Amino acid sequence: MSATARPSEMVPGLGRRIGSLRSERRWALWTAYISLIIAAVVMLAPPLYMLLTSIKTSAEIADPSGNPWLVLNPTWENYAGIIGNPMFRGFFYNSIILTVCVVVITMVISVLAAFALARMKFFGSQVLATGVFLTYLVPDTLLFIPLYQIVGGLGLLNSIWGLVLVYPTLTVPFCTWIMIGYFASIPKELDEAALIDGANWMQMLTKIFIPVALPGIIAATIFAFTVSWAAFVYPTAFITRPDEMPLTIGVVSQLIRGDTFAWGQLMAGALIAALPPVVVYAFLMDYYIAGLTAGATKG
Amino acid sequence: MAQVSLRKIVKEYEGGVQAVKGIDLEIADHEFVVLVGPSGCGKSTTLRMIAGLEEISAGEIDIGGAVVNDVPPRDRDIAMVFQNYALYPHMSVRENMAFGLMLRKFPKAEIDRRVNEAARILDIGMLLDRKPKALSGGQRQRVAMGRAIVRDPKVFLFDEPLSNLDAKLRVQMRTEIKKVHQTVRTTTIYVTHDQVEAMTLADRVVVMNHGVIEQVGPPQELYHHPRTRFVAGFIGSPAMNFIPAKVVERGNGLVLHLPLGTELAVPEHRVARYKAYAGKTVTFGIRPEHLTDTQNVNKPHVAIFNATPEVLEPMGMETLAHIKLGGAEICARLDPLVAASPGVPLPLAADMNNMHLIDDATGLVI
Repeated sequence: MSATARPSEMVPGLGRRIGSLRSERRWALWTAYISLIIAAVVMLAPPLYMLLTSIKTSAEIADPSGNPWLVLNPTWENYAGIIGNPMFRGFFYNSIILTVCVVVITMVISVLAAFALARMKFFGSQVLATGVFLTYLVPDTLLFIPLYQIVGGLGLLNSIWGLVLVYPTLTVPFCTWIMIGYFASIPKELDEAALIDGANWMQMLTKIFIPVALPGIIAATIFAFTVSWAAFVYPTAFITRPDEMPLTIGVVSQLIRGDTFAWGQLMAGALIAALPPVVVYAFLMDYYIAGLTAGATKG
Repeated sequence: MAQVSLRKIVKEYEGGVQAVKGIDLEIADHEFVVLVGPSGCGKSTTLRMIAGLEEISAGEIDIGGAVVNDVPPRDRDIAMVFQNYALYPHMSVRENMAFGLMLRKFPKAEIDRRVNEAARILDIGMLLDRKPKALSGGQRQRVAMGRAIVRDPKVFLFDEPLSNLDAKLRVQMRTEIKKVHQTVRTTTIYVTHDQVEAMTLADRVVVMNHGVIEQVGPPQELYHHPRTRFVAGFIGSPAMNFIPAKVVERGNGLVLHLPLGTELAVPEHRVARYKAYAGKTVTFGIRPEHLTDTQNVNKPHVAIFNATPEVLEPMGMETLAHIKLGGAEICARLDPLVAASPGVPLPLAADMNNMHLIDDATGLVI
């Protein structure tokens, strides 16, 4: 046998093994594609159904004989109706104020907390860091009764400011946890270099840590935004006055007249409500993925 | 510019582990001092204590005439170059270098002047607007040095700055660092585990081991007159040969009994020095360059003996012969033209003028 013989010719059975490897890979690809397609269909069916319903007339929606996945007479009247509704615009405004306040409060608290927990080693900092995360594990369905007492005691029931106070209990622990992870991944030499360069703690945070951990900060911001924009349990419990309601509960509680469900408008309203998160994700995703720490140290 | 004094410096970690065990060191103004030793010897800890990045458990550090034990790093007027460069990834080279000056509220014109001057010294003028991730390892190291130079501090601290570079670049940057020091003359403390770096860069080398200073001195002094077995073995490459030997009196002189019946005569001018060890077992130390082939040997005090090389390593300008002598592995440097082959006995010449004897009990060179 010559020295250039292929390994598969020299070892009996090797050729077959390579073949089976290829087929295993094909299997993995097929499985991946099929499960991804199933997942995509399951995830996208409801919004698609909402979209289709929102461009139908009330008569078409109510007609049981038609195919619900087909639109015969597309119309924008539901969108015009919902946007023209001052109540809906009020909900939207409330949601924006609420979310902006919550995101700002959350990021200020969690960035400062995470910086302290990640870098200033003090007595109990480890326990505190774990404790922060554990509080996130308590579900809001369990907390809303005691929180109702607190918010009520402060006279903030039926006000979005009550929600501004309460939402950070959901967002701060998780955002702090994310930020601790990001800050911890910044090489220690970077703060030592800044320390020697003459930075104090605050300058180190604002000039080094925040810019370097920007992807983490954006991830945390997206999370705080999503939680605050989509929160349902707390506003349901704390807000009964329509003019203080955010979108999530406003749409479902106020746009239903008695037994009449204006499905077209409901779906249009829900889709418009879902738009801001989509826009935020689309814009921030690039930052989110960008590896800003590349080249910090030897890499 | 300033002198640095360490007085009885101790670093003790929780649990009573002492990384640095009370060292004393005086570093003169403009001096380039290299702390060298194996990993875990306390050299980096010492440097970090000088920088203010580690607390001092006991003792005093004095920079430029003021005790700085409780002074935060930013007020010590020092600059440090880290092993992994520690450049700020989101800032351009210019911003990286200007950062320390900006924090100290220097006027813009002065910052520009200093950055440009440092860029000129380090030849990185064309990189000023790049981000660190667009630089090669050597360029990053230059920027890290630039960041130190612009500050014009009292002391430069280098913490293994060349360890992340490949061998060729390391040699090049070593020259660069020496050149920079010759230009700016700032007192420099440099930590490395590489004895070649220590020898080539230092005005004085500080050899550390297990948290204590073994010896301080100019490179040549350490090389030719090591005080301890550790220094003798650590400085020099290939390392010094250590062979167990018995000192035996013969007539008025002394002879070393080596394994395999080899006998080497001690030069007369050293007899008085070693007389007290007659009859005792010591370690005989000799550098590979003092253990050569017998060509051109007409110096006095050369002892000739036969040995059998196990492995030969031709290096071009010389051939290293690895020899087993009893239990000891020794290395000799041969002329590349000498016809030697593994397994064939070869006459070797030991230059006994450059011999060392080490007291096994104390580890000190006699």
